[in-house]
Amino acid sequence: MITNNRLTEAQYNQNFSDIHPMFETKDAALVAANKCLFCYDAPCTKACPTSIDIPKFIKQITTENIKGSAHTIFQSNILGAGCGKVCPVEKLCEGSCVYNLMEETPVQIAKLQRYSTEKAIEENWKLFERKPSNGKKVAIVGAGPAGLSCAHVLAREGVEVTIYEKESKGGGLMTYGIAAYKVTPAFCEDEVNYIISIGGIDIKYNQTLGKDFSLDELQKNYDAVYLAFGIGTINKLNIPGEDLDGVEDAIHFIYNIRTNEFKNISVGDRVAVIGMGNTAIDAATQSKRLGAKEVAMVYRRTEAEKTCTQHELDIARLDGCATLWLAAPKEIIGDSGKVKALVCDVMQLGEPDASGRPTPIPTGETFTLEVDMIIKATGQKPYTALVEQIGLENNKGKIILQSDKASTNVKGVFAGGDAINGGKEAVDAVQAGKDGANAILNFIF
Amino acid sequence: MANISSNFLGIKSPNPFWLASAPPTDKKINVLRAYEAGWGGVVWKTLGSQVKNVSSRYSSVDYGGHRVMGFNNIELISDRPLDINLKEITEVVKLFPDRAMIVSLMADNNKKAWHELIKKCEDAGAMGFELNFGCPHGMTERGMGAAVGQDPEIAKMVVEWVMEKATIPVITKLTPNVHSVVPTGKACVEAGTNALSLINTIQSVTGVDLDTLVPNPYVAGKSVFGGYCGPAVKPIALKFLTTIAQDPTTSKVPISGIGGVSTWRDAVEFMLLGSSTVQVCTAAMKHGFRIVQDMCEGLNNWMDEKGFKTIDDFIGKSVNKITHWEDLDINYHHVANINQDKCIHCGLCYIACEDTSHQAINLQNENPYNIYTIKEDDCVGCNLCKLVCPVDNCITMDEKRVAPEYINWKMWQEKGLPLNDH
Repeated sequence: MITNNRLTEAQYNQNFSDIHPMFETKDAALVAANKCLFCYDAPCTKACPTSIDIPKFIKQITTENIKGSAHTIFQSNILGAGCGKVCPVEKLCEGSCVYNLMEETPVQIAKLQRYSTEKAIEENWKLFERKPSNGKKVAIVGAGPAGLSCAHVLAREGVEVTIYEKESKGGGLMTYGIAAYKVTPAFCEDEVNYIISIGGIDIKYNQTLGKDFSLDELQKNYDAVYLAFGIGTINKLNIPGEDLDGVEDAIHFIYNIRTNEFKNISVGDRVAVIGMGNTAIDAATQSKRLGAKEVAMVYRRTEAEKTCTQHELDIARLDGCATLWLAAPKEIIGDSGKVKALVCDVMQLGEPDASGRPTPIPTGETFTLEVDMIIKATGQKPYTALVEQIGLENNKGKIILQSDKASTNVKGVFAGGDAINGGKEAVDAVQAGKDGANAILNFIF
Repeated sequence: MANISSNFLGIKSPNPFWLASAPPTDKKINVLRAYEAGWGGVVWKTLGSQVKNVSSRYSSVDYGGHRVMGFNNIELISDRPLDINLKEITEVVKLFPDRAMIVSLMADNNKKAWHELIKKCEDAGAMGFELNFGCPHGMTERGMGAAVGQDPEIAKMVVEWVMEKATIPVITKLTPNVHSVVPTGKACVEAGTNALSLINTIQSVTGVDLDTLVPNPYVAGKSVFGGYCGPAVKPIALKFLTTIAQDPTTSKVPISGIGGVSTWRDAVEFMLLGSSTVQVCTAAMKHGFRIVQDMCEGLNNWMDEKGFKTIDDFIGKSVNKITHWEDLDINYHHVANINQDKCIHCGLCYIACEDTSHQAINLQNENPYNIYTIKEDDCVGCNLCKLVCPVDNCITMDEKRVAPEYINWKMWQEKGLPLNDH
């Protein structure tokens, strides 16, 4: 049965509290910071898509120059606070920390990054000064990580930036598409406010491109346009029964969790989550944390090919989510219009496909899972219609950029983030925003 | 099991580890706790005229997340009445007759005062004296402590007064607040002291509070120079110790080594450079008396591994290993080697060499782990890379002699050999 209000207030709060609590004392942060060797040409910095000078900001914690530390982080990544919470650090900075080569646990880079940046936001430190306005105007579509990052670089340089955002809050998927135990919407709001406090950034909310305004208008009224509208809903499974009650899209499911009280979110007794990326994990763990009795993650390849990180999979497993490998949804069976069971093909691995991963092939055997809710997390669809309509060169809806990695085929129109790459990490979008801003500055001056 | 017991001028102790004259040896309760923990002896905190102390008294230097790498104090000699100290000394000696009980003295600057103090302490049961010619704060302004130790003539006079009266061994403690400890050490030996101990604390300012702008330690908005000690002073102490152990006059008497001893390893180093016993204070003040247990066990295990049966088998063994620069072998050469299996690619060796030394490390850019290798022809064998490398034995220095024969700087010049290598 799909129902809400399964748990007490205290249980909800416990299940959705911060999974990586902050250092409780300065001493604890200093112990962690002093572990850093202050590497030269540090592997952690190279592994960070935004190239944060990690040894420097950690050294600054040890000298108790926390303002300097926060500045070092924000200079490379203005969403450094949020990224410290949501980055898959085990495959980025912490994963390449040289301590791993000593068979030692890595420096707690993410936690240290949060130490400095959260203090900066909490105390509202003014770490950047905006140059005097130069009269240039840039429009940005989307107030997610790419749009905000682009806006901040431009604002610093004295450009007047207007961001058009389709939601009622900024932050993009940080606000609307991340598990609540990693980052809260309230934190995202603080982060957005901190970023725009530099001045020169006006966010217009509830404005959807193609509906409330057009690209033509932006091109007419601004010196340049940056498109950072991200990516859309989940790909369809294209199997019978997909329209039954109880089949949900992970993006919608998580969006609802982000915009409602936990007790108002309905979840089934037995939930199947299709997919094994980080979004699938967020859907599975949060189903469990909302009170689902059983959650099974269904994936057509094996654990070796999963797209989530090991760390994320461990969270799901510790939450008690089951994993079914080599299982591909074949049909959803309903009863009175509601989901009753999921039939899966048993798969085997074949030759590598275009992505280099082995192709799953049905063995002919099937099995049936008794479930009352199915959450699809099988990759997101680009806004193909929109991209086509505004005349941008694209690859199946993903905008194609020129060699500067920021310009589209339309003069004065730039783009970045998930709308180009089909969905990567927030930190990749932040870097895209910086690249976009630099290309725009070259264009308008 | 090796025998780690010590016999210092007839003063016996089950191990060579004494607590130095300082706050930990100021009272019966402290000293009993020290003996119970296993300390071989104590030098009772300096007795003399009645003084009055201030608050606060200590400050420290922290480094890399570790507290009390260096420590300083502005405390004076014992501020308790002499008769209480003497009574407690008697009680402690009675309870632990097998431990060394040395009493530190700093009488007023006249013969009569010294003689009276000596008599009282001997009657109380002291086994030896340590003359405090080293205290660098508070007492110097009164013409005592380091004011005595800094002037060989005055030191000699006081030692002569003491030797007229004392019937038990006398150790003279030297101050490091001089360019060389040898002149005072020599004067004291010539005046008859039975032994020397060193170093006392070094005058210091440990730091300035960046909020109040007042240096440490803080006393009502002011500070004074304090006596510096702890791990930070060990290398300075070892240097002064070596000069005493090498001088023909001062080396005739046994030495009790002091200055930053925290572990059995430190103690062994002091002993190899000529100390018969070592004295500890800061490490005990940081961790308590329990540290002596590992000091005894570690010393014992090391002696067993090295085949030393008694401490006399190794005391002073490294003294003649320190020579003059002009006697060093110029043909000796070694070059660094980076073990690629152990390297963690932190780049610390590279940036140290590239920025501050001889550009002798090659950088091959890789993602994310660069590869670092030694340019043997450019390596001068300075050790810097090995010192900064965080991995044990990753960088080794391999011997590559320039030529087989020994040649020193004087011989090099006499032969008219080329001077410029570059």
